[in-house]
Amino acid sequence: MTKVEQQKQPFNPLLAVLAALAALFFVFPLIGMITGAPWGNVLSVITSKSSLDALQLSLIASLSSTALALLFGFPLAWLLARGQFRGKVLLRGLVTLPMVLPPVVGGIALLLAYGRRGIIGEPMDKAFGISLPFTLAGVIVAESFVAMPFFVITAESGLRSMNRRLEDAARSLGARRLTVFRRVTLPLIWPSLAAGLVLTWARALGEFGATITFAGNLPGKTQTMPLAIYISQSSGKTDEAIALSLILVLVSLVVMIFRRQSSGAGAG
Amino acid sequence: MLEADIQLRLGKFSLDAAFTVAPGEVLALLGPNGSGKSTTLQALTGLLPLAAGRIVLDGTVLDDPAQRTRVAPEQRPIALMFQSYLLFPHLSALENVAFGLRARGTGKKTARQKAADALARVGLEDQAPKKPGAMSGGQQQRVAMARALVTDPKLLLLDEPLAALDVSTKSDVRRLLRATLRQSSAANILVTHDLLDAVALGDRMIVIQDGQIVQTGTPAAVTARPRSKYVADLTGVNLLRGTGRGTAVDLDGGGELICAGPVTGPTFAVIAPAEVSVHRQEPDGAAGNLWRGPVGDIELMGDRVRVRVEGTPAITAEVAPSAVDELKLDEGGELWASVNPAAVTVYPP
Amino acid sequence: MRENVPPSGRNGSGGVVSRSSRLRGPRRHIRILAATGAAVLGVALAACSSSSSSPAASGASSAGSASAGGSASAAGTIHGTVVVFAATSLTEAFNKIGAQFEAAHPGVTVKFNYNGSSSLATSINQGAPADVFASAAPKNMETVTSAGNASGTPQDFATNTGEIMVEKGNPKNIKTVSDLANPAIKVVVCAPAVPCGAVATAIFKNAGVTVKPVSEEQNVGGVVTKVTLGEADAGIVYVTDVKANEGKATGVAIPADQNDTTEYPIAELKAAPNPSAAAAFISYVLGTQGQQVLASFGFQPPK
Repeated sequence: MTKVEQQKQPFNPLLAVLAALAALFFVFPLIGMITGAPWGNVLSVITSKSSLDALQLSLIASLSSTALALLFGFPLAWLLARGQFRGKVLLRGLVTLPMVLPPVVGGIALLLAYGRRGIIGEPMDKAFGISLPFTLAGVIVAESFVAMPFFVITAESGLRSMNRRLEDAARSLGARRLTVFRRVTLPLIWPSLAAGLVLTWARALGEFGATITFAGNLPGKTQTMPLAIYISQSSGKTDEAIALSLILVLVSLVVMIFRRQSSGAGAG
Repeated sequence: MLEADIQLRLGKFSLDAAFTVAPGEVLALLGPNGSGKSTTLQALTGLLPLAAGRIVLDGTVLDDPAQRTRVAPEQRPIALMFQSYLLFPHLSALENVAFGLRARGTGKKTARQKAADALARVGLEDQAPKKPGAMSGGQQQRVAMARALVTDPKLLLLDEPLAALDVSTKSDVRRLLRATLRQSSAANILVTHDLLDAVALGDRMIVIQDGQIVQTGTPAAVTARPRSKYVADLTGVNLLRGTGRGTAVDLDGGGELICAGPVTGPTFAVIAPAEVSVHRQEPDGAAGNLWRGPVGDIELMGDRVRVRVEGTPAITAEVAPSAVDELKLDEGGELWASVNPAAVTVYPP
Repeated sequence: MRENVPPSGRNGSGGVVSRSSRLRGPRRHIRILAATGAAVLGVALAACSSSSSSPAASGASSAGSASAGGSASAAGTIHGTVVVFAATSLTEAFNKIGAQFEAAHPGVTVKFNYNGSSSLATSINQGAPADVFASAAPKNMETVTSAGNASGTPQDFATNTGEIMVEKGNPKNIKTVSDLANPAIKVVVCAPAVPCGAVATAIFKNAGVTVKPVSEEQNVGGVVTKVTLGEADAGIVYVTDVKANEGKATGVAIPADQNDTTEYPIAELKAAPNPSAAAAFISYVLGTQGQQVLASFGFQPPK
């Protein structure tokens, strides 16, 4: 494909003003955080045991959820993109439901399914003594529930937008199915997958409502960063809340910049 | 040597085509949209299974439903060239060409070496590291050619390889294709809707329509005696069907034509448009065939004009552009068409 | 595969494959930005029109709109809205008091915001527009008074005592506080900053047991939910909660020497938009009728 030359847009004042307003809308909270941060004792807050616990918990849980999203979400995306079966629209709707549900509602739904008296949770508890609420596994479940749909949608879109005839061409050249996947399909959909993983991880990292409802809140065990921030904030420890928030903001900024760089403009 | 007997159904469409292609031979496959050309290719590559029939390539059975034998596409020694090239956009030209070799087990280094040689043969050795997106259409098609040929296939399928190219690039690539195909020992099938490709590149030609082969022969023979409207349109002649009784032919659509030779039974009657004269007034002394009808479509074809006379039968005449003014053709009305019986060529269907 | 068939044999060449062009429409950008701009303006307008109560404003009667505030006429009748921030444990009792208060004062609407006392205190100090604060412990009230956000002195209006809440029917057969130390028992408590959490800590200390809860909730309602849903085996709540959830859960009494109580102070807030109604509501709570309602829900009188 030859590159299309993009013509420069003529300067439009209305556009510029609206754009500036929009940009400021997002910039001011960031400025507020930086100016309101308790720079004096930020370091001591961030390195306190509860903060480090929360950070560690957040990283472990969010990365695990992202891995699960890849493991289970990719086959699901493949099915949705390539499968032909009745009820596909319904399945896609169900899978994306967590994206529109308020997270707390998600948490309640999870309790009713996987809680100790849930339709799946109860037999699991009775048979194996396994119970998800109040555990790290529960946190991972809650985060996966809200974040996996992002990956599925992005991956499905990537699969749909690739030219499948390239796979035919590869087969005609003698490539076995696995080789076709490895050398043709995967490289072509990789940008979508990467974008999906980043989005998923960011969502999992920031998840609050479903986590606190389903997994509970226990420092060191289930209290992730967003929970810790909320707790600090609601007990008046604003300094602590802001300091912890800064960490998450920093992490998110780094991730967003990295995503832009690696996938180039126009991806996702 | 390819021996193909392809019978299959795709929804409401059924395909029944049997043909052979000798090593080194180029068989041109011509037909209108939906006639079964691509389906034929897909059956040969193995993307579509046969319902009945057999495909044998150099003695190996590729598909035989009766024996329940089917070789998977990736294991058939067949290479394709596509209309849209289908080069892998994320790989360089070199890696594209090397793909088939590596997929079949050749080591990376050897494959790349062979690929570089193949690219040199099509004149693109300096394009090796470039990605397809940075190449022109003609270059991409040459890379596709190198990619297909480097695996030394026993059967090469070319699916409208020149269709996406502009006229000047087309003739360059056509020339290269002819030279390359001459050198290869593979059986080749060229699917095209361009008669020029078939004539320039094909040793033999098959015309396929509605899943059936309607005509075979050398390109010259087929175009000299079209047996379907499709070919007639391609070659630009008037093709009529009728029943002969001596020196006259009763046409299926009504009307009759006087021809030269004796003819009986079902017959084709072909008249070159240049042999049809048109007049506003009934000409006197016109020998043989004379009839009239309303003026139909008028088309400019290079430096000639084609005029359709919707009489019984409807006929296309070819006139000089000045005739448009002289006969005031754009005003419609009626025209007389006359054809010398000697210009009516008849042959059995 | 679809081939392009050209028009009949004219020039002999086929059609050109159309390439998809991906030009981004500038119009799309404009629409998105316009929508954002409109949203920003909308939010700004909404904020301006809602009643503003800055903590710095003194003399509430001058501030703001008639819709949120209210005033007393010379004859002493009140009207308008009273916003009460109250501890979660007061939910049922205050709802009833509110209804009775509204019946006694037509023209007055009482709006409640129930949450853990520590969250409420924080909100108030951050400028939430409330008239009255009813806390489940003096500590949280102090957070508000020391920030200068209460007007006058807080007054205690009720006392509450701790109780163990277990699943209906007490399937795990929990009888004492020590039973809660069993690691197989899932115990939920309030977070230490919340009054019921402080009560739980005190109870465990008094009983001399170490209990590892599986979760620390933000208000006592969260504890109740976990127990009634069956997620937790037991939780430390107030006697009023057990009473309010009869039929959904069972209570296990705590002996007096192990138990802990908490005082409930109530105060009018300095930035109250409707100070006269606020004062009236507080009087009602402290008065006979209010006390009767509280007692009926299991609260004990203030010490």
